Amino acid sequence: MIIVPAFNEAGNIGAVIASLQAENPLWQILVVNDGSTDMTSAVAKDSGKALVVDLPCNLGIGGAVQTGFKYAVRNDYAYAVKFDGDGQHKAEEISHLLQMVIAQQADVVIGSRFLEDSKGYRSTRFRRLGIRLFEVINSLLVGQRITDNTSGFRAYNRNAIKFLAQHYPSFDYPEPEEVILLARNGFAIREVPVAMKERLHGKSSISTSLSFYYIVKVVLAVLMTAVRPRIREE
Amino acid sequence: MLTTVALDINRIQYIAIVGDIIFLVFIAELIRHKKIKEAYAILWLFFGAVFLFLATFRSSLNFLAFSCGIAYPPAFLFLVSICSLLLILIQFSMVISSQNDKIKELCQEVALLKMGAGREHGKEENASPVEK
Repeated sequence: MIIVPAFNEAGNIGAVIASLQAENPLWQILVVNDGSTDMTSAVAKDSGKALVVDLPCNLGIGGAVQTGFKYAVRNDYAYAVKFDGDGQHKAEEISHLLQMVIAQQADVVIGSRFLEDSKGYRSTRFRRLGIRLFEVINSLLVGQRITDNTSGFRAYNRNAIKFLAQHYPSFDYPEPEEVILLARNGFAIREVPVAMKERLHGKSSISTSLSFYYIVKVVLAVLMTAVRPRIREE
Repeated sequence: MLTTVALDINRIQYIAIVGDIIFLVFIAELIRHKKIKEAYAILWLFFGAVFLFLATFRSSLNFLAFSCGIAYPPAFLFLVSICSLLLILIQFSMVISSQNDKIKELCQEVALLKMGAGREHGKEENASPVEK
């Protein structure tokens, strides 16, 4: 199933659902509307192609994504793909991620903008600096090079879904933390190159003034995750 | 001169003791009326008791202050009160964080349950073997 977290994405969500539908009409699309104040939920429902979970209040991306994992566990889905509701991911690249998970080459596959053969939009220069910092920190902690820790474009197998439904780092900006958490608990992570688009409508959830807070919060969370005991027994 | 100084000290001790007892009674009343949970009142009661002890046995304050190397005993009082407030605030942060988690769980559960009603049509027949 495809988990699409969306907060105030009325301008993008319709096109996102249409692109997913066009790519594979059999995919179950689950839009997690994170307490949007605009028409996100109505637009998604009107498409007729997506299930919509409406969170009664804004939980932040982590809580929204975790809701998707919980739904996947309860309905026994074997694979899940996380796909942003702002239109920056490309539906045609989902299969690259999914194939690797299905072929059991990894438990989790991350779509990366920064592998050698990645193309397309790579965020602003300032943000790339932050992403670079996470790459260094996370790669050191994990002992494996992870180039795009902030990418929200990821595919998961059943084990990873089950684990994250319970333990997802459910606060703001969970992506880099998620990488550490998964690696610490013995999940195999791989990256595949993807291209991303610049968002069409609306603003990113991380403004420049917030990015300092973002970096500090994420570094702290990542370090703490790394020193916590393992949750999953192997 | 000496007597007035001694009187002054007694007076402040008296005020401190009365004030502290009012504080403890206030906290106890809040617990009695279920405005504070016992678990969160323990720290308040504990530090209230500590201050009551120090106010009643003034020499103990001097002793503790000097044994910590603090030349001015009232400064020790400030140290103790700042530390106790810090502890209580940290306890608040912990409680807020745990409530944060619980509210999140509730939100997710409510959303999934609410969706349950509309989920009947469409799910099973749409799911392909790959996605299932």
